[in-house]
Parts: sequence; structure tokens; C-alpha cells
Amino acid sequence: MKKLEAIIKPFKLNDVKEGLTKLGIQGMTVTEVKGFGRQRGHKEIYRGAEYQIDFVPKIKMEIVVPDSLVSDTVKVIQEKARTGDIGDGKIFVYPMEEAIRIRTGESGNDAI
Amino acid sequence: MNTGDTAFILISAALVMLMTPGLALFYGGMVRNKNVLSTIMQSFVIIAVITVEWVLWGYSMSFGPDKWGITGGLEWFGLAGVGLQPSAYASTIPHQLHMIYQCMFAVITPALITGAFAERMKFGPFLLFSILWATFIYNPLCHWIWGSGGWMAKLGVIDFAGGVAVHLSSGVAALAAAILLGKRKGHGTEEMRPHNLPMTLLGAGILWFGWFGFNAGSALSSGTLAGTAFVATHLAAATGTLGWLALEWKARGKATTLGAASGAVAGLATVTPASGFVGPISACIIGFAAGILCYWGVMAKNRFGYDDSLDVVGVHGVSGVLGLVAAGLFASKSVNPAGPDGLFFGNPKQLGIQCIAILATIVYTFILTYIFLKIIDKIFGLRVHVNDEINGLDLSQHDEKAYIL
Repeated sequence: MKKLEAIIKPFKLNDVKEGLTKLGIQGMTVTEVKGFGRQRGHKEIYRGAEYQIDFVPKIKMEIVVPDSLVSDTVKVIQEKARTGDIGDGKIFVYPMEEAIRIRTGESGNDAI
Repeated sequence: MNTGDTAFILISAALVMLMTPGLALFYGGMVRNKNVLSTIMQSFVIIAVITVEWVLWGYSMSFGPDKWGITGGLEWFGLAGVGLQPSAYASTIPHQLHMIYQCMFAVITPALITGAFAERMKFGPFLLFSILWATFIYNPLCHWIWGSGGWMAKLGVIDFAGGVAVHLSSGVAALAAAILLGKRKGHGTEEMRPHNLPMTLLGAGILWFGWFGFNAGSALSSGTLAGTAFVATHLAAATGTLGWLALEWKARGKATTLGAASGAVAGLATVTPASGFVGPISACIIGFAAGILCYWGVMAKNRFGYDDSLDVVGVHGVSGVLGLVAAGLFASKSVNPAGPDGLFFGNPKQLGIQCIAILATIVYTFILTYIFLKIIDKIFGLRVHVNDEINGLDLSQHDEKAYIL
């Protein structure tokens, strides 16, 4: 099992979700987050006062998948979330020790 | 007594009343979300507080029997003798209607000042300051310019609806308050973006709407004079918006919604003293100049380093000066035969008279405001504790939060 954490542009969320669902992935968790990488932010002006807004809104997706699906999942996210412009985001892959379904007590791949 | 005039002033009084909640939204949208309720409250509660002050002694000090041209006496304390028959101020409407119409002006003026000390002043001392300010600054100024026997009126100063008592006085008081209270914590280093600009735009719209009662109603009758002021008011608001936007677009590359709202208010405030004396084209010029000069007025605070949170000095202070000057330039007997001509219509003397009023208002208001604030600061303290400022005034002053999401 692996956990994938993807930071993507908010308007790409639906495309990515559709692509992952087609792949057979049955669940994910998303959070609205703010951050910056090389893209940096933008400026805003209020009555002539200029503000540099560094933290840009992004979506963070968390998905746990069996080892067999990791490379396909990464491929789908990369394909669907990509615009080619700076600020498309990143994918992080973590080892996952255990997963347990609360209702039944199933564990491992069965619990995903 | 005239039922048409009475009906018009009744409606005008209600329109002006609505300006203060409108101002509350205008200001409320510009502060951070932890201070929105305290900012709105500073305007809203003033409706209640100053109304009582006005009925007890405010109206008497402003419009009561003259004492040496400086103040009204206390003969009309508690509205004694202020009945339903018309007064010398308006011969076709009940005296009490004149009183309640003027009450709305007394209410909004201290509310305007609150923009200068937004996000950092304690609620109790703020109330005390507002009562003192209304009593010893608004009431005398109102008497000078509009009271029978007031020295400015006798000198021939023209101010149709509130350049002296409302806009210039609140703008100057705002400067004194911003200097004395000091900058907000984190000013210049932390983000202080307006938290809800749609709220500010809604407030500006309500102000624009209410301003018809403010200026046209100042004719104190329903007829040609009210029509003149109504037209001038709307035109100046429109050109004020355009002036601000044009300059901003050129200087910063974008026209902003906050700029549109600010320009409209600048145009409205500036045309106020001139509104019953000038024709439509003059009003357009006055509004456009207001949009440009008030934009510069707002930029000035960055140069001088005071923290006038919501730009009361830049908008109302500059408008007050500009509007009183504009009245001295653009006034025309062909528009209002009861008024004088201005410099552009062959009477340069009027401009000098207007300048005396400007100077007197600035000096009187600044000194007295500064003294009152200093005294209140010594006894009760003006500023909230630094932790209360960090947590926000909504929580620290009122035990409330605006947004539970």
C-alpha cells in the first residue's frame, strides 16, 4: 500500500477525480489548502496600497492505493492535472503501514 | 404649513437616517473580519446615542436662541418650545420635523470619524468621545453656519448641506484621532486587506441613495431648489466615480471596485456644500475634481505616515475643503437667486469668505478634538490592549463573532 498526496490546481479537481474513478479508485480525501512553490502569488491593490499575496489556493488530494496501482495513479494525476504552466502542483508518494475499515475491522488492501 | 414640503422632508429625514447604517456597511467591508462587528457597531450605536444627545441639548445648542454668534442657548433643552408649528428655519414644515431632520446630520457626523480609529479603539471611551465631540464641536459648528445669528452665516459663508459641520469637521477630527491613537498593530508589515468588498459597495450604494435626502432635503422645501440639489448630487457622484477610476487606471493599471465606491463618496461629499448653488455642468466638474483630489488625499497618508484606517481624512477632509472652495467658485445667482455668485460668476470675494470658514473649522476642530482625546486617553485609555487588538475587537469589545462558518 502507498499513500499519494497530490497538490493540484483547484479547477483541475474534477478532471483528476474522473480519471481516478475510471482507474477503479474508490475513495479519496480532498482539502482546500494554500501554499506557494515556484509559481509564487499575485498582487492586489486596495486604494493604492499594494499587497503581494504569496499563498495561492490549491487542492490537496490524499489517496491510498494498493502497490499495483501506484504507477497508474501517478500517471493519471499527472496527465489530468497538467496545464503545462508553472503552478501545476506536485505528487508525493509515502509508504503506508496499515489501513483498517472501522465498520468491519478489515485491514490491508481489503480496507482501501 | 405645506403638506408637500412636509411630506418631502419626512422622507428626506428617513433617507438621511439610512446613510448611517449604509456607512456602517461601507466601513465594515473594509476592515478585517475580526473587527467587522465592532466597526459596524460604532456607526449603529451612534444613531441611538446622538439622537438622545440631540433631543436633550444638541438641537438647542445648534439652532436655539443665539449667544454671541458662537452657540445656541439651552432655552430649548429637552425640546422645550420646539412644537409642531413652523419655525423661522422653515416656514412650511413643523418645527419638530426640522429638528428630527437635522438630528440625522448630527448622527452621521461622528460616525464618519470612526473610520480613522477603526480596529483599535475601546468601546466605552469611544462613546464618551462621540458625546463630547457632538456637544462641543458639532453643535457650535452647526450653529455658526446654519443657526440663526451664527457668525459664519452672518459673514456670508455658503454651505448648502454640510461642508463645514459634517465633512470638513469629521475629516479634521479623523486626522487628530489617527495621529493620537497611533498605527494599528502590524500596520505596514501585516496584510490588512478589506475583508468584504461587496459589503462596502452595498454601503456606498445606500450612501448614494440617502444623499438625495441629505442634499435635496436641505432645501427644507419641495421645489426648484430641491431639484437643483438633487441633480447636482447625482451628477457629482457619477463624475466622482469616473475621476477616481480614471486616475487609478492610469496610475496602477486597473480600475477597482473599491476605487469606484470611494470616488462616488468623494463626489457626493464634495458637492454637498455647493449642491444648492451650482448648475449641472458645474456639479460635473466638481465631482470629477473630487475623484482625482481625494485619490491623492488618500495617497498622502502613506507619505506622512499616519494610519487613518479607512481614509476619512483623504475622503471627507479633502472633500470638505474642496467643496467649500467649489461653492465659492461655482455658485451662481442664476441657479439660486437667494445665494451669492462665486468667483467664476464675477464675485471673487466669496472665495475669500469660504476660506475663512475653512480655516476656522480646521483650527477649532483639530485643537478641541485633540484635547478631548488626550483627556480621555489619560483617564480611561483610548486603545484596546494589544492582545485584544490581535484577537480582534469583535471578540474583545463585544463577545461576538461576525462569521460562524
